[in-house]
Amino acid sequence: MHHVTPSGRLSLPALPSASRRAVLRGIGGAAVLGAGIPLLSACGGSGTSSDPKTVTLGSNASDAVPKKAFAEIYAAFKKQSGITVDVNTKDHNTFQEQINSYLQGTPDDVFNWFAGYRMQFFAGKKLATPIDDVWQTIGGNFPDAMKALSKGEDGKYYFVPLYTYPWALFYRKSVFQQHGYTVPTTWDQLVALCKQMKKDGLVPIAFGDKDAWPALGTFDQINFRTNGYDFHVELMAGKASWTDAKVRKTFDHWAELLPYHQDGAVGRTWQDAAQTLVSKKAGMYLLGTFVAQQFTNQADADDLDFFAFPEIDPTYGQETVEAPTDGFMLSKAPKSKASAVKLLEYLGTPEAEAIYLKADPSVVAASSKADTSSYTALQKKAYAMISGAKHLTQFMDRDSRPDFTSTVMQPALQKFVRDPKGIDSLLTSIERQKKTIFASG
Amino acid sequence: MTVDTTKTPEAAAVPPPGTASPKKRVPQGHRRLLTRRDRLTLGLMAGVPTILHVALVWVTALASIALAFTTWDGIGFDSIKWVGLDNFKELFSNNPQFWPAVEHNVIWFVVLILIPTPFGLFLAVQLDKKIRFSRVYQTALFLPVVVSLAVTGFVWQLVYNPDTGLINSLIGANKPGHYIDWIGDPHLNLWAILIAASWRHAGYMMILYLAGLKSVDPALREASALDGANEWQTFKNVIFPTLRPTNTVVLVVTIIEALRAFDLVFVFNKGAQGTELLSILVTNNIIGESSRIGYGSAIAVVLLVISLAVIIPYLISTFRKERRA
Repeated sequence: MHHVTPSGRLSLPALPSASRRAVLRGIGGAAVLGAGIPLLSACGGSGTSSDPKTVTLGSNASDAVPKKAFAEIYAAFKKQSGITVDVNTKDHNTFQEQINSYLQGTPDDVFNWFAGYRMQFFAGKKLATPIDDVWQTIGGNFPDAMKALSKGEDGKYYFVPLYTYPWALFYRKSVFQQHGYTVPTTWDQLVALCKQMKKDGLVPIAFGDKDAWPALGTFDQINFRTNGYDFHVELMAGKASWTDAKVRKTFDHWAELLPYHQDGAVGRTWQDAAQTLVSKKAGMYLLGTFVAQQFTNQADADDLDFFAFPEIDPTYGQETVEAPTDGFMLSKAPKSKASAVKLLEYLGTPEAEAIYLKADPSVVAASSKADTSSYTALQKKAYAMISGAKHLTQFMDRDSRPDFTSTVMQPALQKFVRDPKGIDSLLTSIERQKKTIFASG
Repeated sequence: MTVDTTKTPEAAAVPPPGTASPKKRVPQGHRRLLTRRDRLTLGLMAGVPTILHVALVWVTALASIALAFTTWDGIGFDSIKWVGLDNFKELFSNNPQFWPAVEHNVIWFVVLILIPTPFGLFLAVQLDKKIRFSRVYQTALFLPVVVSLAVTGFVWQLVYNPDTGLINSLIGANKPGHYIDWIGDPHLNLWAILIAASWRHAGYMMILYLAGLKSVDPALREASALDGANEWQTFKNVIFPTLRPTNTVVLVVTIIEALRAFDLVFVFNKGAQGTELLSILVTNNIIGESSRIGYGSAIAVVLLVISLAVIIPYLISTFRKERRA
């Protein structure tokens, strides 16, 4: 009977390969506009305007590899549950810039986002729905560190993590072999290695900070090694002071290492810096595992290895790992909540992870139950590093207010990298600006 | 003519009696001609653009002035908090990028007016001499103006890239020890970008001056030649003074270019150390996931005030001139 309504005829041609459900949804949607509610309830059996068997999903996975990987997950989900995932992909950066108005408008049911402060911020603003019910099902799949990452400040779950990747010091095995270097595990060993590399005509540590965020990663590593996870978190949350002697100590350590960094970092992109590692001109490079993307030649890629940032204070050892985590959140008023919950539960399974990782081997699973047998050597090592971590951090711009990190920390650290002598006035300035930003609520 | 001048302005405004009666009838005719539908159409044609203009230009401008006295993260209207002059206080005393940004906008203007503008005039004068291939030169020199600034920025990045760029590769300044960081070094990067900006601006100025020169009466040149003036004397005493209207346009255009400078720098290094600009600070504060809309608006208001300070005197002098004419 629905097929004879004029509105149904209108929406059919718009959906060439329409499944039965998509057709029903078209009719249902049109019915609200034209034919009225009774028809709809007869059709879908639900009081909402959308088909309960379709979940809309806002995606920032605009790059080819992740886009395809996600599409495969949704296809598998459909096969298993009969629920269609209607993906609305936006350019990665645009998605991030518009996230504010997107979430306040009529967002998709589920959307891609990042763990950490960035997730908590929108949870706190009531622009996301808590998903404790989802976590009752998927909780067993994740290690405690991941659970902590998925909670808002109110202690409720808001996030389903899918994949993660660690930050570490990358190097080429052949270069270390050729010069007889060993992997440093303490600060003194690291400094000694840098000295030796310089003597051997290498750039000890490749560095490019043109995009202003890579230096945040260096700060994170030195800070949580020097002062521990708890202080780092307090500092990121705006509670600890940037003029604290502890922060000064972090910068002193950094200043000690800076002469061994590549010249002119502020004018270089991370991709160009990575090329100096590829071409064996640099000995080490501190970055996320995505540095592997620059190793396009398979032989070079096989030669790539990494180690955790060396210990600075034995109290904290190497217990903290910086591992930005990406995943999904549920928007404030999802249209088909029951299906969205099913999708989130599926995304929290080891199967979903396995599908993703098969297509995108540059990251590792967030789940502790994911099948790691097909991992590359780098993935295995990354996975071991993350699962063995006592604490996970995200990254400065995910652990702290993004407005603070982008308008204050990024320029400040660029300034430090260029001129490490002006550190005291720089820290005073950071602290003053931090106070106004964090006070603004 | 003489009769007219004796009349008072009011009297002059009154039309002679003979033409008065048809004029009275004309509006009546219009009233008859305009059907309801016509009036509706006209109303829409005038009304829709007016509404759009008011909503998109005036309301937004006034809203950003109002927002400059608040803090707002852009989420829900209830999170707008009135903070009075705090944003401005913060800006003037606490923001390490603000004063450099003002300074760089000023430098931008001074450089554009002192280097590419006279150079553009020089090129225009040369091209005006009807030399061979004049059109080829014209096209070549005007080309940078046609290309989008974002593309210009990209192309110049290839020239300036410290590791793989043209300059450093040619002079071998991409090795440790002697390394020239055109993009990262705050003593260099602003000048590096200004070269790119000047490269474009010179072509723009050339076209403006060329148009101005075309309108110079050839009889003036002839007269000065007959008086025995050499080329430089002719230019200095005869041609340049007649370019006065063009010079005003050039000045205004250059000021606008200096205030709205953005694209080139944003592509080059996003206004990092040494290349901060007001427009970039506004963008950095407003665009993003948890934005400082109030603070960004305060910077925008500063930019607005500077622009008004430049534009108002210009408008006053222009209107004065028109009244005199």
